[in-house]
Amino acid sequence: MALRELSSLEKFLELKKPNKYSTQGDKKVPVLQSSDGPPLVGLITIACNLVKEAKRSELLGDSAESRAVVQQWLEYRVTKLNNYNKDDIRTILKDLNLYLQDKTFMAENQFTLADILMYYGIHPIILDLAMQEKEQFMNVTRWFDHIQHYPGVRRHLPPVVVLKNRIYPSRH
Amino acid sequence: MKLFVSEGNPHCLKVLAALEETGAKCGVDYINHEENVVPFLSRPAIPALLLPSGSHLFSSNAICQFLFEVNGQETPPLCNQWLEWEATELQPALFQALYMAVVQGKGSEVSKVLQAPLNYLDQGLTKGNLPYLTGNAVTVADVVLWAALYPILSDSSLQLGEHKSVRSWFDRVNARQSCQSATQKVLQGKGLQGMKSYLQRQPAPQVNQPRDSQPSNSPSAECEEGERVVSEEEMEAAALTWSKGLSTGPVLKERQQPILPEKDKRNVLVTSALPYVNNVPHLGNIIGCVLSADVFSRYGRMRGWNLLYVCGTDEYGTATENKAREEGLTPQQICDKYHAIHANIYKWFQIEFDFFGRTTTEKQTEIAQNIFWRLHEHGFLMEDTVEQLRCEKCQRFLADRFVEGICPHCRYPEARGDQCDKCGRLINAVELGEPQCKVCKQTPVIRSSKHLFLDLPKLEAQLEQWLETSTGTGDWTTNAKQITRSWLRDGLKPRCITRDLQWGTPVPHPDFKEKVFYVWFDAPIGYLSITANYTDQWEKWWKNPEQVELYNFMAKDNVPFHSVVFPCSLLGAQDNYTLVNHLVATEYLNYEDTKFSKSRGVGVFGDMAKDTGIPSDVWRFYLLYVRPEGQDSAFSWADMALKNNSELLNNLGNFINRAGMFVTKFFDGCVPVMDLQQEDKKLLAMVSWELQHYIQLMDKVKIRDALKHILNISRHGNQYIQVNEPWKKIKGGDADRQRAGTVTGVSVNIACLLSAMLQPYMPTVSQTIRDQLNAPPTCVHTMVQGSGTFACSLSAGHRIGTVSPLFQKLEADQIEALKKRFGGQQPEDELPMNKATAQKAVSPAAAAVPVAAAAAPGAEPATANGVDPEKAKQLSQAVTEQGEKVRALKAQKADKAAITAEVAKLLDLKKQLAVAEGKNPEPAPQKGI
Repeated sequence: MALRELSSLEKFLELKKPNKYSTQGDKKVPVLQSSDGPPLVGLITIACNLVKEAKRSELLGDSAESRAVVQQWLEYRVTKLNNYNKDDIRTILKDLNLYLQDKTFMAENQFTLADILMYYGIHPIILDLAMQEKEQFMNVTRWFDHIQHYPGVRRHLPPVVVLKNRIYPSRH
Repeated sequence: MKLFVSEGNPHCLKVLAALEETGAKCGVDYINHEENVVPFLSRPAIPALLLPSGSHLFSSNAICQFLFEVNGQETPPLCNQWLEWEATELQPALFQALYMAVVQGKGSEVSKVLQAPLNYLDQGLTKGNLPYLTGNAVTVADVVLWAALYPILSDSSLQLGEHKSVRSWFDRVNARQSCQSATQKVLQGKGLQGMKSYLQRQPAPQVNQPRDSQPSNSPSAECEEGERVVSEEEMEAAALTWSKGLSTGPVLKERQQPILPEKDKRNVLVTSALPYVNNVPHLGNIIGCVLSADVFSRYGRMRGWNLLYVCGTDEYGTATENKAREEGLTPQQICDKYHAIHANIYKWFQIEFDFFGRTTTEKQTEIAQNIFWRLHEHGFLMEDTVEQLRCEKCQRFLADRFVEGICPHCRYPEARGDQCDKCGRLINAVELGEPQCKVCKQTPVIRSSKHLFLDLPKLEAQLEQWLETSTGTGDWTTNAKQITRSWLRDGLKPRCITRDLQWGTPVPHPDFKEKVFYVWFDAPIGYLSITANYTDQWEKWWKNPEQVELYNFMAKDNVPFHSVVFPCSLLGAQDNYTLVNHLVATEYLNYEDTKFSKSRGVGVFGDMAKDTGIPSDVWRFYLLYVRPEGQDSAFSWADMALKNNSELLNNLGNFINRAGMFVTKFFDGCVPVMDLQQEDKKLLAMVSWELQHYIQLMDKVKIRDALKHILNISRHGNQYIQVNEPWKKIKGGDADRQRAGTVTGVSVNIACLLSAMLQPYMPTVSQTIRDQLNAPPTCVHTMVQGSGTFACSLSAGHRIGTVSPLFQKLEADQIEALKKRFGGQQPEDELPMNKATAQKAVSPAAAAVPVAAAAAPGAEPATANGVDPEKAKQLSQAVTEQGEKVRALKAQKADKAAITAEVAKLLDLKKQLAVAEGKNPEPAPQKGI
């Protein structure tokens, strides 16, 4: 899972030669052996490194504040979206829905690595939602749809259909 | 910029230390743990930082990084890596460790959890050979990791083993002024205990490793991957256990009545909520109480615990008086009649009580009055005048449940006088809006009379102290903890314990001699008096908290009486009573998505189950398969047939029968010689793994989840037979024939293990399997000892008995007829009750969905909405229409792509229909990535 994400990210960043990754431990944490220096361990660490390698550091935020927000959502991605149970799903969706109420992107007003990795991470949850639930978490699906259509992001994942007009009347 | 922190919260150490270290300018607000400062999060997240832009940071690591960066220190990549490791690997382990040490009082087991991350850190530091994590200066990573580890590394009582590099690095960081000052602010020198109130408010950590753990994948991991990877060591260990056979097992002694606590044994007392005598129990009652408790009791006995299971009918109260009036009998006659009905039903369901008693006995009067006097002596009773509703037409005071009206809290129009079914809160009958006598529908009048109250507020502190220990150390279901917590949060009020009735335990106090005890005070004492009727030495069970572990089984509506009210009676009586250690509450079972209702004849009631011709074991299996464990569930005929045919007949029964038949047909009824290959060892390892999980779950009373592991074993077995094709190999050369022998022998031994694991669930089937296999009686308890021992119990040469099919198919027309016979269609005028309300409230909207929209590509079955008859009707219409469309297209020989697209729509519609009809009951497997 994480490995396919990283190779999709490489393609998005238009890095010339694909890296070879391995994994460690039960949780299959990705590892990148580098020619100079110790191996890099962990999805965020490697992803941030790829972004820097591609000289696209604006994807990590362009101010101290936005960098912190990006890091925060990257951490959320690997702590909350890598290992959840059924009960957590609703909390995750509810919280994100509220967060994204007045936002186009995860961090500040620009597209960042947080959008890409959050999109990869939440894809299986969104794929499982019923139409009605997609409407209930309208802001999440709006953001999700936006990111999956962002040029070059979707890659290895199937598209999820999101209807733009509501078919279920609001329950509130 | 403002930083929000709370005292005793270990995550706040990080940010306060980072703040001092960097000298960033920022106000600090101390708030309590429950306060929610981040507007979009549903759970409080502290620490949190309010940024100048108005947005919030809620991750302590991101806050620290930010503070360091503002101070001009950007996070280098290697730091990033440590921070990621801290968040994903260290924190889950730390949280579990702290929870164990502080909340559960299991400090001695902490090192197991922390060994792996501490070793990893130690290696990292040793390899780097630098004073700090990434170099010669302190970085954000040092501060974060120091803070994370501070609580456990600064406590010398935890035995964590030697990690030299970690220790010297930790001491170096710890000596910094910023760190010293942060610890003082957060923990105030109170050490681990300083975090108790914080930790108690956190949801318990999910333990996803087997307890006595060789490292193994978490259960969620292999759901995702389909097949679990089995390691070489696991295979060898499984093969070794297998080869030891049964000889090593301890001998289980015959149980001798009366069962009394014994020194050096695990003494377990199990009760299930006392069913009320005036009615026939329905399936919901059965699964919620007696059946769940029975499965657990059988399991416990099988494990060799010294276990006593008592239950009985709850017989006093107005409802009995009414029923008696209805049937023209005396209350005592009614009780005798219905007690026998209950006893017969439970007998048919094979509920193995050690004693099934009743509350209308002399012992009840004796014990209840004794507890009453003790409460009186210790000053926990008070007098007050009560306004009571009296129906002039019926000429009597109305018991709470005989008044209905509008709930004063949530305005639900059909609230009962004691409790509202919708919001669950307790009600004082006189507070009901527009009260009505339930019998004659007249408006009752208010009269006042003098009553006695149990002074719960005076006992609250004691109760909370006890609850903290009991819920911290015992296995309380989540709903039990939640309901209890919400009761305490609202504050306790004195509760009336007397009633103006005749049919009850008389109040011994001379000023109240016309009155009886209110059933809620009286009924739980039934557990004690029923035990007293079983043995004179009942006090060895009930006044012996040091030696006895008490499990209470019930449905969730009964929780407050067992977790708050009854414990208060016993605590106040101050006689060293045994209080509940494990409170196991189920959610509700609905019937075909409506409520069981005696008056409307909806649902299956205990006495009718046997008239269906479906065996008691199959009933047990299905009820346990849909046991409302963790969430409401529904009984559905179609689903029952499906589960019987797919799980029992095609999976479990098929495997066991095939294994036995191979022995009979190919090997003259004698178990063949087994020569284990790698593949067989792998199977043994997989089966052992399922067995271990079964035991872990059963120990935690996760009855429904444990059942799934039994079915997994037979699934593995079927696959194994299918791949190896012993029926073909038996016709081959010597090597092939030997292979056929091994596969058959291993399979028949798995069948034997299954019979043991099934024993709590399906006692008759379990015994039948052992009879058919002629299995040694010791195999049952030997295999479920310890963490599970899958041994070869039928060795080569063992002669088995006659094998025959275990289950029968349930045919569609048979099920259709049963469904009709027991109703199941909800009358339109009926207001939905309990939790089904939420679902119903959604359905009009769902039904209004235009068919085209529902068929939109990508529309997933509405799992949240679940079963929905209205929607099913709509969908069934849509399926018909779509079917016609497809047929028309085919008839016209239309373009192939067009037909395919329409067929896809049709299939999708059918899928949705199946869901709406409740045919897809499988809970989605846990998702892990």
